[in-house]
Amino acid sequence: MALVAVKLPDVGEGVAEAELVEWHVEVGDVVREDDLLAAVMTDKATVEIPSPAAGKVAWLAGNIGDAIAVGSDLVRIETGETAAATPAEPAKAAEPEPVVAKPVTQPEAAAAPPPAAAKATRPVPAAGRVGVPRPEGERPLATPAVRLRAREAGIDLRQVPGSGPAGRITHEDLDAFLAPGVAPTPAMAPDKSVSEVKVTGLRRTIARRMALANERIPHITIVEEVDVSEIERLRARLNEERGEAAAKLTLLPLILRAIVRAVREQPEINAHYDDEAEMLTRHGGVHAGIATQTPGGLMVPVVRHAEALDLWQTAAEIARLAEAARSGKATREELAGSTITITSLGPLGAIATTPIINHPEVAIVGVNRIAVRPVWLDGAFVPRRMMNLSCSFDHRVIDGWNAARFVARLKTLIETPAMLFVEAGP
Amino acid sequence: MIDLTCRLLVLGAGPGGYVCAIRAGQLGLDTIIVDAGPPGGTCLNVGCIPSKALIHAADEFHRLRACAAGASPFGILAAAPTIDLSATVAWKDAIVARLTGGVAGLMKAAGVRFIAGNGYFLDGKTVRVETAGGAKTIRAETIVIATGSAPVELPGLTFGGRILSSTEALSLTKVPDSLAVVGGGYIGLEIGTAYAKLGSRVTVIEAMERVLPLYDEELVRPVARRLAELGVDMLTGSRTTGFDQTAGVLAIQTPAGPRDLACERVLVAAGRRPLTNGWGIEELRLAMDERFLRVDNRCRTSMFGVYAIGDVTGEPMLAHRAMAQGEMVAEIVAGKNRAWDRRSIPAICFTDPEIVNVGLSPGEARAQGLEVTVASFPFTANGRAMTMGDDAGFVRIVCRADNRLVLGIAAVGAGVSELSAAFGLAIETGCVAEDIAATIHAHPTRGEALQEAAAAVLGQAIHFRGRG
Repeated sequence: MALVAVKLPDVGEGVAEAELVEWHVEVGDVVREDDLLAAVMTDKATVEIPSPAAGKVAWLAGNIGDAIAVGSDLVRIETGETAAATPAEPAKAAEPEPVVAKPVTQPEAAAAPPPAAAKATRPVPAAGRVGVPRPEGERPLATPAVRLRAREAGIDLRQVPGSGPAGRITHEDLDAFLAPGVAPTPAMAPDKSVSEVKVTGLRRTIARRMALANERIPHITIVEEVDVSEIERLRARLNEERGEAAAKLTLLPLILRAIVRAVREQPEINAHYDDEAEMLTRHGGVHAGIATQTPGGLMVPVVRHAEALDLWQTAAEIARLAEAARSGKATREELAGSTITITSLGPLGAIATTPIINHPEVAIVGVNRIAVRPVWLDGAFVPRRMMNLSCSFDHRVIDGWNAARFVARLKTLIETPAMLFVEAGP
Repeated sequence: MIDLTCRLLVLGAGPGGYVCAIRAGQLGLDTIIVDAGPPGGTCLNVGCIPSKALIHAADEFHRLRACAAGASPFGILAAAPTIDLSATVAWKDAIVARLTGGVAGLMKAAGVRFIAGNGYFLDGKTVRVETAGGAKTIRAETIVIATGSAPVELPGLTFGGRILSSTEALSLTKVPDSLAVVGGGYIGLEIGTAYAKLGSRVTVIEAMERVLPLYDEELVRPVARRLAELGVDMLTGSRTTGFDQTAGVLAIQTPAGPRDLACERVLVAAGRRPLTNGWGIEELRLAMDERFLRVDNRCRTSMFGVYAIGDVTGEPMLAHRAMAQGEMVAEIVAGKNRAWDRRSIPAICFTDPEIVNVGLSPGEARAQGLEVTVASFPFTANGRAMTMGDDAGFVRIVCRADNRLVLGIAAVGAGVSELSAAFGLAIETGCVAEDIAATIHAHPTRGEALQEAAAAVLGQAIHFRGRG
């Protein structure tokens, strides 16, 4: 019998420690070679750690959320005939363990007797009679007499569980529902459950970065409305020309192109501010972070050198990065190094937002929802496709006037899309 | 100037309007009902009731003709019958008079005032009625539009002369030698069948590929077979292109080419249109659903205090739907909490054999994404059907596959219209197949086929091998 220590490997360049986000095994589990032991996270990439040997888990390094130093012991496995003679359930180790949402019973709820228990004389519907819950959206089934009684009593039958065949609501079901003091149905009951969810991994990274940005950066947010009728027409035309086969062009690549144009005139916007060194670093290249919602949380993959990409290349790159981020395949390199960020909530985009700057950048462009609104134009109200831009700036290094000038420039470029494609004058 | 005021004013005394008025009167609402014709509307005067009287008389005559031809299975022989259609019509008119008189009496007993005349909206609360004794202006807190529907006229086939609507077709005093029926819906087939049985040479012209396009094919097949036996010529996929009134020649475009059909009479039964104008309704600018008045689940129109019921509110244009709506609206106006929550509206074709359909057909249920179990039981395995000498048709039941909730019941066969009561009850009360299968059905009746079909859903039919 031998004890094998599985050490945390070097999971990323220059990373000294990684956060433990998930245990796939617990002490006593029998594992085979290559079974997954744990998931650790560095910056924004999650790495699965496989077992180098077969055996029985004897020791785990810590709890979810702990930081583990690279090179230190992660798991210790007992190997040899005595330990792992007959792995009864070898597959068990591979099953992910539920790590979140441990329900906690409220002491108050446990101490106080349930209201129904105090009136034990009245018949309470037996558990077996309550029937199966009705699937969402299905009409309640009841005889006309039951329907009439319910209507006159002001009861929505959708709230009443049916005990009859096919979930039919009987007079007795209605009696039970109407009886005073009886515990309301599950649909109407106050929900006293509380669950604690440990903030780990990507969520913890997001939380820390948001807090840092919000604590350090005095934000100034400017909201401006932009008439996107023309650029939307152009976009539709481009998509038409391109045909069915190609991926559809969204508004984002066009907005990114406008940003590239605008920062060419205002290089102080495309910059990093190191407040400890009091140093502003301007970047020639535009590396645009694209805020992307993934199943794990917010990620910001980066379109590198947007100034050197044409429209279709930009579109393809945004689509590729978004897919990589959503499927968890984005590399560390693809998730770092942005110089300015675009955040768009798509159809949920609201009227205005107050975006938080992606530290240490100095500006973020928020794209709100497009809506057809009446606009006073040449003496009449005309329907136009309008969209707001909500942009935040680091007020320490960007003055309000400069911020406003940048937003105004974006508005001009987007409203007159031809300007995006002609070379700027002198 | 206001001559009369009331709490509730009902425009139209058809089955929707008179039921609404009677219920309102029973509930103590001061109610006035207005109609230019006698109470009962299309249904009692020129629709449901007269057509069923004619159909019954035609059936009796047809049976005697079979006896005279030695074709009666019962061994009855009789001399060739004759019919005095004017006497038949007089008998029918007496029934209508009895019923309309009955309705008038019921309304009076409920304290409803009936005003005969054409009503016209002045505004959403005021209606002027042109009565025999001059114009009367009525002001009401609440108005119910129950103006019904009228037969659709086809271009080139204006009603008059040889061209009949269903109204005239139910009052002929002589059986025409030949009758062309334009429109193979239930009205055309019911009246067409009756005249075929009375001895007319009947041709049905239908634009769609088959007759009764609103019923599924399985239900229509026995009817099509019987029509062929009666010698009714079916021209499907065909349209009329013109009519020569003097010569009595109908020009028809058939899939095989143009054809001239000599016919003494032409019945145009191309559907019914809601009567949403002519009462000044158009002046109210109510929201519409295509050609119908838009109503919500309490029959409220887009104007406050104005309700609409019956054929003006949409399909199906059936008397019993209007009646249920009328009753509901009266109760709502009386302050009760009511809303439309019915699961089904039965539909019947009084063809030969009759068709009943309540709830969903298998196709409709599947279109809603439901998994269904369908079973049917044929009248060829039903003792009562055999003893009546007509075992065509079947009862078909459609259940949800997961809990066997009855979604639809249909039947085709002699006299099955009476089974609609059981079908409707089963669906409205939310029966599952087990409920019907476990209910003792009297023997020997056609209703046993319902029990057997339900049992077949469960794979337990006794009097039939296999599952329906």
